[in-house]
Amino acid sequence: MGEAPLWAWILITVVKSLVVAVALLTGFAYMTWLERRVLARLNARVGPNRVGPFGLLQPLADGIKLFFKEDFQPAGSESWLYLIAPGITMFAALVAFAVIPFGPPGAQLWGVPLFQIADPNAGILVLLAVTAVGVYGIILGGWASNNKYSLLGSLRSSAQLISYELTVGLALVGVILVSGTLQLTEIVAQQQGTWFGVLPKWNVFIQPLGFLLFLIGANAETNRAPFDLPEAEQELVAGYHTEYGGMKFAGFFVGEYINIIVASSVAVTLFLGGWGGPFVEQIPVLGVFWFILKIFAFAFLFIWLRASVPRIRYDQLMTIGWKVLLILALVNVYVTAMGVMAFGGGS
Amino acid sequence: MIETILFIVFAAAAIGSSLLMITRSKPVHAAISFLGTLVSLAGLFLLMFAQFVAVLQIIVYAGAILVLFLFVIMMLHVRSGEGPEVKLKFQRPLALALATLLGLGLVYVVAATDLSGVHELPADMGTVEAIGEALFTSYVLPFEVAAVLLLIGLLGAVALTSKDEDSSDEGGSA
Repeated sequence: MGEAPLWAWILITVVKSLVVAVALLTGFAYMTWLERRVLARLNARVGPNRVGPFGLLQPLADGIKLFFKEDFQPAGSESWLYLIAPGITMFAALVAFAVIPFGPPGAQLWGVPLFQIADPNAGILVLLAVTAVGVYGIILGGWASNNKYSLLGSLRSSAQLISYELTVGLALVGVILVSGTLQLTEIVAQQQGTWFGVLPKWNVFIQPLGFLLFLIGANAETNRAPFDLPEAEQELVAGYHTEYGGMKFAGFFVGEYINIIVASSVAVTLFLGGWGGPFVEQIPVLGVFWFILKIFAFAFLFIWLRASVPRIRYDQLMTIGWKVLLILALVNVYVTAMGVMAFGGGS
Repeated sequence: MIETILFIVFAAAAIGSSLLMITRSKPVHAAISFLGTLVSLAGLFLLMFAQFVAVLQIIVYAGAILVLFLFVIMMLHVRSGEGPEVKLKFQRPLALALATLLGLGLVYVVAATDLSGVHELPADMGTVEAIGEALFTSYVLPFEVAAVLLLIGLLGAVALTSKDEDSSDEGGSA
């Protein structure tokens, strides 16, 4: 395959980005539906089932409702920061997905891979960087609202994000040590194939503790129950987005749910073999299907957790984060490093 | 061609947001302008193929340090940023003179440097592999010294902030 001309490369990238953005937004819409339905089931309720078959048009109805809400802005708020905050959250959530390979790299058009938007050399670090920028949406949103509940919510949120980012980062170090690269395509490629013909070569089997730590950390970073203190409704009304309504509220909402999708895809990419699955070599598009299926499993797990586990207290949150998870993550890095020294990494 | 356009865009953004940073009266606005500077600088690093440095710039500065700044600003709840009027007698003219001196020095350095000998950098110069290799072979001593310094800083912060039960024992932990 020859090198693609610049215009073709830009065109393919733009089309890929548009498709992924639309897919993510659709995924967000149906994730809200899924969450409400599954949560209702787990609570022995019915859930939204009136709009369309099984309530499938409910996200659309919600969107229209939010769109026609009054465009409200609280008195004494910082106008442009107030406006820009949901945008930052949404932007960071969408951009994070750009580095994730959601299909086999073999599927190319003019030498440009179709199932990944960008493949930087430091893929994992780019993910961490973009997630770090996402914090600003929450901090600024809470601060610009000029409301004590919002401010408390965003203070809690930023403290929580800084604390659990450490655990997540160290959990990722384990995977990096094992695979010897930061490039996400390479990490996925190493996880293809099986051990003894049955067990897939997924990192979750080499890094079980790292996987668990990542899962807990990701749960905390996406502000999901049991770590949803930033929006504890009994204490803080709704946390950092108390003063937001209409489409600006929807911006935060979109960001939050896409973050769940992104966190799930990172978990799938690093620990569960990414797009790998049966018959991918024959039909590359099947890789996308396996990828979506694995993400769906994670999304379900997140919803399940929300229905099953009570919210923890703030001091418990900090104790767990700094005195338990961080120590475990450090031990995991240490043991992994020893293992790599003894048996050699980059399998 | 595209590199030049991108360079101009990022450079202009960096200068513009730096100017905003030092002229805003509200601390939060200054912090956000600083964020703009950091992101533009990351873009400039990317143009020089230093992807690792660019990403670290975002993770360390934008992701950790500036969040901490904002955290402190919000904790202290400095909304207006004015506070009591600061009486500066001779600092302002002195600062102006020193800044002019520094600016002249920079202009002299740039004008006096012969840039014709600068060669194109290889595209894989800033990859994680290349930087890791350099850090652990040619620069291993500075790297280790920096690591020890950071560790000392970390321990110092813990020692300063921890109020042990034996607080009557003066000079013990502090």
